[in-house]
Amino acid sequence: MDQLLQFVFSGLTVGAVYALVALGFTLIYNASDVINFAQGEFVMLGGMVTVFAYAAGVPLPLAALVAVVVAVATGLALHRFAIEPARGANAVTLIIITIGASILIRGIAQIVFDKQFHRFPAFSGEDPIALLGATILPQSLWVLGGAAVVVAGLWLFMEKTLLGKAVRATAANRLAARLVGIDTALVLALAFGVSGAIGALAGILVTPITLTSVTVGTLLALKGFAAAMLGGIGNPVGAVAGGLALGLLESLAAGFISSTYKDAVAFLVIIAVLFILPQGLFGTRAVERV
Amino acid sequence: MRLSARHATLLVLLAAFAALPFLLPSSFHLRVATLVWIQALAAVGLNLLMGLAGQVSLGHAGFFGIGAYAVALGPRHLGLDPLLSALVGLVVSGLLALVVGRPILRLRGHYLAVATLGLGILVWLVLNSEVALTGGPDGIQVPRLVLFGWRVAGAETWYWISGAFLLFGVWLALNLEDSPLGRALRALHDSEVAARVAGIDVARAKLLVFVIAAIYAAAAGSLLALFNRFITPQVADFLHSIELVTMVVIGGMGSTLGAIVGAAILTVLPQALTVFHDYEHAMLGLMIILFMIFLRQGIVPGLASLLPRRAVA
Repeated sequence: MDQLLQFVFSGLTVGAVYALVALGFTLIYNASDVINFAQGEFVMLGGMVTVFAYAAGVPLPLAALVAVVVAVATGLALHRFAIEPARGANAVTLIIITIGASILIRGIAQIVFDKQFHRFPAFSGEDPIALLGATILPQSLWVLGGAAVVVAGLWLFMEKTLLGKAVRATAANRLAARLVGIDTALVLALAFGVSGAIGALAGILVTPITLTSVTVGTLLALKGFAAAMLGGIGNPVGAVAGGLALGLLESLAAGFISSTYKDAVAFLVIIAVLFILPQGLFGTRAVERV
Repeated sequence: MRLSARHATLLVLLAAFAALPFLLPSSFHLRVATLVWIQALAAVGLNLLMGLAGQVSLGHAGFFGIGAYAVALGPRHLGLDPLLSALVGLVVSGLLALVVGRPILRLRGHYLAVATLGLGILVWLVLNSEVALTGGPDGIQVPRLVLFGWRVAGAETWYWISGAFLLFGVWLALNLEDSPLGRALRALHDSEVAARVAGIDVARAKLLVFVIAAIYAAAAGSLLALFNRFITPQVADFLHSIELVTMVVIGGMGSTLGAIVGAAILTVLPQALTVFHDYEHAMLGLMIILFMIFLRQGIVPGLASLLPRRAVA
């Protein structure tokens, strides 16, 4: 029982990171129909920039801020120089562009940083806290809390602000949004920027636990994509639920079945879920128009 | 007789195939050309699935890996002849596609993408993790191919063998495009509902082309393993799946010649980029983005549209 709880804690921590990556996916997908495989690179940038700024003597909170700014700038540049010029291209072309972008970002990061694994100290100490017979790292609480704050903040922004409503309108129907006077180009840029910020935050929060290197982005992007699909693409609630579920399943499988195949379990589950629910857990049935 | 696009493709390929050994200065270049033919074989098969039928596979390297590891593992663990092992690899790959294809191909668009992605990663994970069986991440030696006492060796020999396989594969693919199955696939690419109304068994057509594309990839994998005589799980990893998809898209979806051009670019480019040392990856990513932005239709259809109309016909 204690063991189970232990796996649940670690699963939720990893799941929160997947949830944030999936949320970034969803945001960009809703605004622009682009599946952004460079999403994992935002997480990588969040961790790596913080590591190197901190090592250069910048205080940790300021280093984290620098990392978020770098990731937002990268997201905006991705939109301006890679997605915007290819407007109207088909879905596969856009997917390849974002994969090209992720190779490019990783390539540049390899030159600027190095290929080693890095970390910086946890925010509030490294001593595990005993909880219900299991232990939890203080940093895990930071990850969970941080993810909750991001999700709540994004919800408030989408529901309560005019700009957020513009984003939702653009997601629902771009042409109609433009007709009522919404600057959809601005909304698209905003989606990429915010997505970059969310990814970077995930990277900053989790690096003290999982460490980071320039190569962590790929697998995170795949898992985040899988989580978003698990929840039903385009559904933010589904993205968060899918991320948490994926993290939990992975952790339980690693604990009780085989740690070698923990990644396999994640993808097996996704394939199985798609067999039964072809639109994901929270997706709505789409009807093809002829 | 008017020169059809089908004959033109075969002629262009045959000319390139015969001329290259005279133009290439060293056996290193011949080896790169052999790699191009092998990757092109997989890309031509994937183009049938993506370009013709409009179904995305982000896990095609998984089938490539099955073909490659079949010729490594068959002789080692079962004492099979490499050639027989390659055949077993084709069958296993085709059967896997048949079994998982039926439920997977019901999915549309991005859901199909994530399901095939998962399938590819599962194959890679098994190859990477079953160290006792596959040698794990360090890779595994592949025995030399011996045909009736003839030790198949040398860059030039493999150039001709892989080229012959590619020619055969292209000929098959071009015939398939003009067959009833090809027309069915083009119809369901435009609209599945409309195709079904027209009496096409959509599920069967999609499944067939998925199996065919998987067998192409496995054949290419076996060739690569026999030619290289050493393979690692990298042949089945996500990046290779993406490379295969990129070959098809860069060359021009739906164009068989395009798939070969795409394979040539993505195989030669990294070799050429090694002069940039540390900047190699960044350059590769940049090139992919630029290709996709400026030649959105792909190179072959893009160039063809620049020519006057009657020159293309």
